[in-house]
Amino acid sequence: MKEFQIVVLAKQVPDTRNIGKDAMKADGTVNRAVLPAIFNPEDLHALEQALRIKDQFPGSTITLLTMGPPRAVEILKEGFYRGADDGILLTDRAFAGSDTLATSYAISCAIRKIKNVDLIVCGRQAIDGDTAQVGPQVAEKLGIPQITYAEEIVSLADDKIQVKRRLERGIETVESSFPVLITVNSSAPHCRPRNAKRLMKYKHASTISNRQESNEDYLATAVANSHLTIKEWSVNNIEADAEELGLGGSPTKVKKVDNIAFQSKESRTLDDFDDDIDGLMKELIEAHIIG
Amino acid sequence: MNNIIVYCELDEGKIADVSFELLTKGRSLATQLNCKLEALLIGDNLQGLEKEIFPYGVDTIYMADDKRLSPYSTLPHTSVVVNLFREQKPQIALMGATTIGRDLGPRVSSALRSGLTADCTELEIGDHEDKKQNKVYKDLLYQIRPAFGGNIIATIINPDCRPQMATVREGVMKKAIADPNYKGEVVQLDVEKYVDDTAFVVKIIERHIETSKVNIKNSPVIVAGGFGVGSAENFKLLHKLATILGGEVGASRAAVDAGYAEHERQVGQTGITVRPKLYIACGISGQIQHLAGMMESSIIISINSDPNAPINKIANYVITGKVENVIPKMIKYYKEHTK
Repeated sequence: MKEFQIVVLAKQVPDTRNIGKDAMKADGTVNRAVLPAIFNPEDLHALEQALRIKDQFPGSTITLLTMGPPRAVEILKEGFYRGADDGILLTDRAFAGSDTLATSYAISCAIRKIKNVDLIVCGRQAIDGDTAQVGPQVAEKLGIPQITYAEEIVSLADDKIQVKRRLERGIETVESSFPVLITVNSSAPHCRPRNAKRLMKYKHASTISNRQESNEDYLATAVANSHLTIKEWSVNNIEADAEELGLGGSPTKVKKVDNIAFQSKESRTLDDFDDDIDGLMKELIEAHIIG
Repeated sequence: MNNIIVYCELDEGKIADVSFELLTKGRSLATQLNCKLEALLIGDNLQGLEKEIFPYGVDTIYMADDKRLSPYSTLPHTSVVVNLFREQKPQIALMGATTIGRDLGPRVSSALRSGLTADCTELEIGDHEDKKQNKVYKDLLYQIRPAFGGNIIATIINPDCRPQMATVREGVMKKAIADPNYKGEVVQLDVEKYVDDTAFVVKIIERHIETSKVNIKNSPVIVAGGFGVGSAENFKLLHKLATILGGEVGASRAAVDAGYAEHERQVGQTGITVRPKLYIACGISGQIQHLAGMMESSIIISINSDPNAPINKIANYVITGKVENVIPKMIKYYKEHTK
């Protein structure tokens, strides 16, 4: 039976869906400190697709790859709890300020190092940027086809895969050979929950740097339990051209960021009493806005 | 050389609305930059479509006409676009932020190593001074978009790479014919030179496209619900009000994520931009990404139990109360006072 080598791309993102009133600082910048960092939702849908392939082809390997600061190791652990076999944290100051293109370049270099990858699965987009660019750009950098907006893997054979895509007004099923990159839509099934045994097993997993930071006896832990040491790759591990990384390797630049000031209107405030509502409806009908 | 190219998307053989909107914007940018506006059409059986495109003030239409190029597929379309852009070196390239544009755009930008900004809400021309390098860039494309879940607005530029690429959602730009008699030329591309046979590795097995059931973009009245509506059940009230007012139901992203409404009803930066006569926002707090898609509505009514909901600032009428109390009263009055 075929054993698929699968890479799942994931991103740790600030939870922009639940931004409270304290999320913006007085100077109009975003207060990242108050936003919880989460596993990008659509990347979890992607992980589920990978896990389903592994259910069907049990010898397959799922490697979760994330690029981010040291604390992004948290989502790798989350992936382990749910069934990922391996995790790689791609972290380096040299990546700071990367736009989608520089990000894709770094990720594609890392994937080349993993070798013999059949399938790359990632979420359609991340909720902090909503660009949906990194998936297709990684595919282009690797010179492989892409299937975006995937909702379901319809069939999987040793040499080809059929995927159902969700379009604006319909569906499309496409067939590709391997390797291929698939971006998964939020309309795909949710990720299975954590597995209790795996949670116990990986609870103390971390990177060596994070252990150093917290003054743990990192060498002893690492030697005794290799599965608890999460791989950490820097620029040196991925043979990347430094000029194409980070801020310098990013063609797009942020010229400015504005806090949004909407022109307030003169609003009339009403209560939900019958008279107030009736009065408003009467006005709208008389002004031919409705009716 | 160094013109503006708009990738015109085909939707079941017809040019998509978003492409006309981009041509309209492209025309005004081209006039400002004193360059040509060009369109790229890739598909099958394209003859005659030029008549619809020229009136938007288009100087050149590139056509790649081949049976294998329809329906859209990533690799062949990417190949045509990339090769044409290498040859023509446009300074700006625009695409719709649709499932096609968002599949094609990043692939093209990666191949050309040029920057791409997704889901722009405004495009302007402006200069940029790089103080570190003591360099001034003239006439760049300012790609303006909400970011960070729509909590800030960012202006993005591509100082050094060309083309400057941007995608824009349907409805964000307005569509307007520049001159019904505008004269331009059609350039037929020799498809064999632009696409290699190897580009056809991904096969389309099955396609099922429905005609859109929801038409919120052109609806004069929109009753939109947010997470605050509370349930799919309560959303039925919104449908009831919309139906009797002859309108459509819209939804915020939070409501769509919660499963209260279909994705095609989503209003906002990552959904559809609307400009109805009347927008009734029910239980919508008013994240900027939502406001960006509806703030040009003529009259805005906000129904919210939170008197401090941000959306209230841009509303003409604020009703402080529960959606499930207020809407039945509106329906009742309307039924009693209209024929």
